[in-house]
Amino acid sequence: MLDLLLYAVLPYISIVLFLFVSIQRYRHDPFTFSSLSSQFLESRKLFWGSVPFHVGIMTLFLGHLIGFMFPRQVVLWNRVPVRLFILETTALAAAVLCLIGIVGLIVRRATTSRLRRHTTAADIAVYVMLLFQIVTGMWVALGLRWGSAWYTQTLVPYLWSLARLQPDIQRVVELGLPARLHVIGAFVLIAAFSFTRLVHALVAPVPYLWRPLQLVIWNRVRPD
Amino acid sequence: MNVRSQVSMVFHLDKCIGCHTCSVACKNIWTDRKGAEYMWWNNVETKPGTGYPTAWEDQDKYKGGWERKGDGIEVRAVGKLRGALTVFHNPNLPTIDDYYEPFTYTYEDLIDSPEGSDQPVAKPISMITGNPMEIEAGPNWDDDLGGSAVYAANDPNLASMSEEDRESIFEIQKLVFFYLPRMCNHCLNPTCVAACPSGALYKRGEDGIVLINQERCRAWRFCVTACPYKKTYFNWGTGKSEKCILCYPRLESGQAPACFHSCVGRIRYLGMMLYDADMVEEIASIEDPKELVAAQRRMLLDPFDPEVIAGAAKNGIGPDVIKSAQASPVKKFVSDWGLALPLHAEHRTLPMLFYVPPLLPVLAKVTDNGYDTSMDAFLGALDQSRLPIEYMASLFGGGNEGVVRYALRKQQAIRMHRRMITVGDIDATEVEYALAEADCTPEQADAIYRLTTLASHEDRFVIPPMHREEAIELLGDETPLEAKGAGVGFRRGPERGA
Repeated sequence: MLDLLLYAVLPYISIVLFLFVSIQRYRHDPFTFSSLSSQFLESRKLFWGSVPFHVGIMTLFLGHLIGFMFPRQVVLWNRVPVRLFILETTALAAAVLCLIGIVGLIVRRATTSRLRRHTTAADIAVYVMLLFQIVTGMWVALGLRWGSAWYTQTLVPYLWSLARLQPDIQRVVELGLPARLHVIGAFVLIAAFSFTRLVHALVAPVPYLWRPLQLVIWNRVRPD
Repeated sequence: MNVRSQVSMVFHLDKCIGCHTCSVACKNIWTDRKGAEYMWWNNVETKPGTGYPTAWEDQDKYKGGWERKGDGIEVRAVGKLRGALTVFHNPNLPTIDDYYEPFTYTYEDLIDSPEGSDQPVAKPISMITGNPMEIEAGPNWDDDLGGSAVYAANDPNLASMSEEDRESIFEIQKLVFFYLPRMCNHCLNPTCVAACPSGALYKRGEDGIVLINQERCRAWRFCVTACPYKKTYFNWGTGKSEKCILCYPRLESGQAPACFHSCVGRIRYLGMMLYDADMVEEIASIEDPKELVAAQRRMLLDPFDPEVIAGAAKNGIGPDVIKSAQASPVKKFVSDWGLALPLHAEHRTLPMLFYVPPLLPVLAKVTDNGYDTSMDAFLGALDQSRLPIEYMASLFGGGNEGVVRYALRKQQAIRMHRRMITVGDIDATEVEYALAEADCTPEQADAIYRLTTLASHEDRFVIPPMHREEAIELLGDETPLEAKGAGVGFRRGPERGA
């Protein structure tokens, strides 16, 4: 019963929350849609936290996404042991970067009085969730080898079963503890995502790359 | 020709007394809030000096403005690709310490302290942490040079001067300064707008005011780096950038912006200018920065030219706005008289706030025989001014001494002309010669004299009709989404996100 709640109900709750809240927040409370950068108050230590964290987390997100979208190709890639090593090492290196980054950011916030003073409960919640995900992820990587191989056979079919609205939780309940913790943590993180500053990832300024530089807005409709 | 209208400004530096009334008026209206305590959308600096934020003109450190690349220009430091590389940590972002840590005092201690033999004191505390702090910087720390040469010596503009000149201005008798009031220049080619990855910054089509849509700002902070004048500020409380809005709610109701309205020295002028928007990129990309001042003047259009009027009508600029542009005092100072110059034109943003550079004549010398006030010429020679022309050219000429010399020579000639009329101790032929040298007629000299000294409120601030009534009607469904966040204020309180 608990398994059903965790692996078949929680995912839907978190996805619905994620979609509904982020759209609502974007439409009705766009002012709060911000990365809430604190670089202005502390810049030097931020470099050693923010850069490794973001590089690491983006690499890892991309890796998880590729495994989810193209499981067959990942399996084919992993056929040669050297390639498997390369993949796993890259993933682990990204996780280490991420861990260094998040620990750096936590230490920075705890030791800088300007930041500590303006730290909210949401900030702490974000740190706890991210740290939990990174630690359980590394535990999976080191304890349940080789993740990139079995991920495609177990979790990817499970995730696709969720996507097809026919949840098949058999494969996931049989996984080891670190993997199950990582899965649950992920759904909690997705559920909380749009309530926190993490929403800045949804408005990453990609369109800027092809936008004309200058922007002029007319209040009146111009006669053309 | 793509005619656009721009609310533009002139500050007459010879009249600025450095009283900071403008800064206080602005602060009281706009930035007296949490997260904005350190912001001074308008501030007054002592020059030579380091200014606010400290040494903002040092672009080796802050990397603001545009730089020429190939035949075109690119945003320096941030911008599309370099911005993408520094999005997680921006090495060129000033921090609060480059401005100052905002502070208040424990005033309640004066009342609540228990009775004792000591007089209670109000201790300074940080407005960020609430902890006691040592005040080591302030919004105007080097005002009047703080009584020393330390701040003046760190002025980045001194790089343009020879070692000899640099030493000479710091001899204590010659130590000289003037005031430089600064605010957003509402540039024609704003780097802040170009650098904003979210598209939150924009220029209003009707009046050219540069604004930040608070609901689209995502705190990437590139505008702060990009503005070479450091006139966009990051609100650390709300996580949004903010800047001078040229008091558009006042302008729209026919009032001058608060800093203009409150100016005690009456140094400020405001009026509509017409320009050719198709020329912006070409002019901003001119190879030699020394040409920029003259080139920018070329793109300002004559509001009496029938062709310009027709082009303006085509772009929806009404006849009442044209009329306002024809009466603009800014047009007179900038286009007609060549007296007003943009600040640091070399950053290629085409700023639309112009400065009449101050005449700083040497009026007397200390000699062995005492105080000698008999100068060779009335007000002395320009090249013997207390601040060298190179220094002024670094500020107002984009490095070009010619345009500065032109503006100063004309001011000097006008003073001679007026002295002849009011005191009569200068020979008429000498004045005639000086006016001719300065490319000025007696009529023009009188007009400049009148607008400089006798101008009324209505002469100084020719506020164009902004037709807000039309804009509000259009804020219905047909208006593009972006305009809804533009200038209509918040539907609810601006609350920080989580």
